Amino acid sequence: MADTSFTPAGSGINWGKIALRWMLYVMLGLFALFYLMPLFVMVTTSIKSLEEIRTGDLISLPREVTFDAWRTAWSGACTGIQCEGVRPYFWNSVLIAIPGVALSTLIGAMNGYVVAQWRFRGANLIFSLMLFGCFIPFQVVLLPMARVLGIMGMAGTIPGLIFVHVIYGLGFTTLFFRNYYVSISPELTKAAKVDGAGFFRIFWSIFLPLSLPIIVVTVIWQFTQIWNDFLFGVSFSQAGTQPVTVALNNIVNSTTGVKEYNVDMAAAIIAALPTLLVYVIAGKYFVRGLTAGSVKG
Amino acid sequence: MAPILEINNLFKNYGSVEILKDINISIEKGDFLVLVGPSGCGKSTLLNCIAGLEPITSGQMNIGGDDMTFVSPKDRDIAMVFQSYALYPTMTVAKNITFGMKVRGVEQDVQDRKLAEVAKQLQMENLLNRKPGQLSGGQRQRVAMGRALVRDPKLFLFDEPLSNLDAKLRVEMRTEIKALHQRLGASMVYVTHDQIEAMTLATKIVVMKGGVIQQMGTPAEIYNTPANLFVADFMGSPAMNLVPAKTSKGADGTHVEIARNGGEPIVLTDAKNRDLPEDVIVGVRPEDIADADARGGEAAQVAECTIDIVEPAGADTYAVMQLGGKHVTARLHAETNAAAGVSQRLAFDLSKVSYFDPETGLRLN
Ligand SMILES: Nc1ncnc2c1ncn2[C@@H]1O[C@H](COP(=O)(O)OP(=O)(O)O)[C@@H](O)[C@H]1O
Ligand SMILES: [Mg+2]
Repeated sequence: MADTSFTPAGSGINWGKIALRWMLYVMLGLFALFYLMPLFVMVTTSIKSLEEIRTGDLISLPREVTFDAWRTAWSGACTGIQCEGVRPYFWNSVLIAIPGVALSTLIGAMNGYVVAQWRFRGANLIFSLMLFGCFIPFQVVLLPMARVLGIMGMAGTIPGLIFVHVIYGLGFTTLFFRNYYVSISPELTKAAKVDGAGFFRIFWSIFLPLSLPIIVVTVIWQFTQIWNDFLFGVSFSQAGTQPVTVALNNIVNSTTGVKEYNVDMAAAIIAALPTLLVYVIAGKYFVRGLTAGSVKG
Repeated sequence: MAPILEINNLFKNYGSVEILKDINISIEKGDFLVLVGPSGCGKSTLLNCIAGLEPITSGQMNIGGDDMTFVSPKDRDIAMVFQSYALYPTMTVAKNITFGMKVRGVEQDVQDRKLAEVAKQLQMENLLNRKPGQLSGGQRQRVAMGRALVRDPKLFLFDEPLSNLDAKLRVEMRTEIKALHQRLGASMVYVTHDQIEAMTLATKIVVMKGGVIQQMGTPAEIYNTPANLFVADFMGSPAMNLVPAKTSKGADGTHVEIARNGGEPIVLTDAKNRDLPEDVIVGVRPEDIADADARGGEAAQVAECTIDIVEPAGADTYAVMQLGGKHVTARLHAETNAAAGVSQRLAFDLSKVSYFDPETGLRLN
């Protein structure tokens, strides 16, 4: 397809190209606005009073800024009969996500290392089965998993939820690390073997240190998965162990009294903040890890 | 004394594919063994078997007189330099070199002393704090050598250590490795597909093809008396001229008759009386065909040949012609007056001639 605006005109400045560039910027700007709109509404609503929400306009700026809704969402909103806000559930989520991410990343790294660098008999089959695990819908495993947790005595506990998330994260974390390690020359492992290093020594001293970029990718992925999980959280928790996503649902769905949109919004933002934070912090390291260029020997 | 490395009837399969077939090798302390052969012939596999990095299918192996057939790589007292160098990317040069000692729990002051020695020996004291990513190809190669040297093993293994370097550096490092071998008196097994590397470095060469040893011997033996057509063709550059010929017995020795395009066949006389079949492939090195006027001793016999191509190569000029239906290369004087399409008087020296069976390819003399 010929597009004449791309061919440089003989007369120096190419106006067609510049116009096109500006059109692109305007379009991207519009898209950004479109996607930022809900966030804008959430933030402004969360700092309005209920009175203002009732009388005002959805997209107008608050006349008077108040953080009452945030305070309520954090420590006073009712999730049923209790009215402690999202705080206890937020900490539950932290207690689930941090060990869950750490364990699934570490075990995934080890799995990937084994599958990619210690090509034992049946390695490919095992890897294919793990990949298959990535594509099993979670609903399918709810009942068997509940049974397993019950047998292990971990039903309704935070370690039980960590266990579930680690198991279901392994397919993906193994895939990430395996694909990263498969591009590393097997001669590296051989050299270390000749140097006298064993299986774990090679993993700790050689492979893990060169894995920063893929660790960051895996951590972002796993943290987002585990923190945002609702289905496992609602299925395998009980009164004291629910994660923040379940609490948020309960707050929003509480039917007593008036609907406090500002509290709902604040609670939703609180629940989403950690994943945002992980992107902001780790995203930078991710780019840094990719551009450092020191990975290849 | 027991051989430093002895391999007996080694076989290696990957699944149902036989990669190495009945390998028997024995080298003495201080030998520089070069395994040479075309790509994919199983050289690296054999080296990995010697290192213990690949299990062997059957056979037996001694290193330093001890049975090492089932011993893990770390206990074989070997050091290996890899084609990709395989430097640990996140460690500094110093850490790369001392990693093996650290793993084995060698004391820190011993580590430091050995590191300093090796760094001095390879002239890389100024590189010790760099990471592999900050080094040039030649420097990485040096570090890989250092990592092997610091171990002071019974046996050094090299897998095409120079193949990733540019031509000039490759020649320099080749000389350096040879000097190193002479200085250390170490035993080495060196893999390459480059026959010049093999000739220049080896005290002993093993030529391989398709997982089978074709010939084992000193560089001179391999060069002068190749065991079969493959070795004759593979070793030497330009390659040995291999031409179909007819032989017959004469009073003054063996007559060798080579067909010539549109003319009388050339008949050369090999002064030795030999028992040969009538049809043979005769093998003559390019340097044994020279200008009749400039060189040629009493062993040489002169024949007129029409030159097809002249290739000046600095020190020599190569002339290519058609004999017995094959391209034949002669190594002429640099200032030769040979020209394409012109007939030239050439002196053939048959004192080092090889004869091969056209059917089996095996050497006949
Ligand atoms: N892990 C493996 N599995 C199956 N075949 C292999 C493996 N490694 C090497 N081979 C095969 O063995 C043959 C010899 O390989 P290699 O020893 O690397 O050759 P060389 O070093 O002489 O170029 C090749 O045909 C190669 O395809
Ligand atoms: Mg190889």
